[in-house]
Amino acid sequence: MLQCHAKSCPQGQSYPLAIRNAELEQLDAEFNADFVTRLMPKLDWAVLRKTAFELGVAELPAEIPTEPTQADLQLIHKVALETRIKEADMVCNGCGHVYPIKDGVPNMLLQDHEI
Amino acid sequence: MSHPTPSLSHFKRSDYQHIYEPAEDTFLFLDALEKEQGFLTDLNPTVCLEIGSGSGCVSTFLATLIGGSGTLFLTTDINPRANAATLSTAHHNHIPLDALRCDLLPSLRHTIDILLFNPPYVVTPSSEVGTHSIVASWAGGIDGREVIDRVLPLVDGALSKRSVFYMVVVNENRPEEIAERMRMCGFGMEVVLGRRAGNEGLKILKFARQA
Ligand SMILES: C[S@@+](CC[C@H](N)C(=O)[O-])C[C@H]1O[C@@H](n2cnc3c(N)ncnc32)[C@H](O)[C@@H]1O
Ligand SMILES: [Zn+2]
Repeated sequence: MLQCHAKSCPQGQSYPLAIRNAELEQLDAEFNADFVTRLMPKLDWAVLRKTAFELGVAELPAEIPTEPTQADLQLIHKVALETRIKEADMVCNGCGHVYPIKDGVPNMLLQDHEI
Repeated sequence: MSHPTPSLSHFKRSDYQHIYEPAEDTFLFLDALEKEQGFLTDLNPTVCLEIGSGSGCVSTFLATLIGGSGTLFLTTDINPRANAATLSTAHHNHIPLDALRCDLLPSLRHTIDILLFNPPYVVTPSSEVGTHSIVASWAGGIDGREVIDRVLPLVDGALSKRSVFYMVVVNENRPEEIAERMRMCGFGMEVVLGRRAGNEGLKILKFARQA
């Protein structure tokens, strides 16, 4: 859901950020089918799917399920709510800018000259 | 008010040299959210985002108030110690929550159902605005509006259809003028609570899309 906002970043290539050198953390979150159903349309499915695949977390269906089964919802719960990226570099495909994630906190700030 | 304030016993006195210590403004904000509990529960929010979460007290409180398992709680702060403090407060109170270091808020199109902001509202010289330290907790520049005025134009794009935005202000921020600006973007304003604390006339403003 995060995108590059460097001034020099080429239009249309600032999103999504690629995730490199990720260290993942597994959380235990209460499963709430209604919540996951409400959350689904707010997610960028293609990006979620690609990221989950690249990080080796799960293989989500190619298209967002229109009538998700309990198993679909549980998988999305695992990917979106129980997987936290503890450490990683988020790299912009457009300009190469690296946004680090440290101790579970992504840092989206730019240096003054990049704003 | 009856709903318990989150436990902050994991902080040391000295932590408050670097992050904003919950004060009258914070507590008025908590009281306002508690007053709004019924409305907020009915809203059945999916995504809640707090700008400038500081200690994390407000988002953690909201999560305990409306339940932590049916809503995604996101927080931002420009001060890295505040991000860490927010995560530790959430953890200490068994609330799942995410923290992001950024200026104001990330670009989420029509995603946020509840937006919260207790901004740096104190009138200060403009030169004090824009640091990443504890000074960013209060320094609001001219009329205390310099940070507030950067948020207002972002609200419409960030909020979902059924949503609400709460913000703390003091009288020096000219709430009527803020109301006028938000009216131009299609939002109505209401004062949920007001209180005088020392020389600060505090108000909690509530903005919602007009039908
Ligand atoms: C008055 S404090 C409120 C802290 C906490 N929410 C509370 O109510 O106790 C304002 C917070 O906003 C943060 N802040 C100031 N400018 C910011 C910006 N441009 N983007 C994100 N956070 C900011 C400060 O670091 C500080 O934590
Ligand atoms: Zn870029």
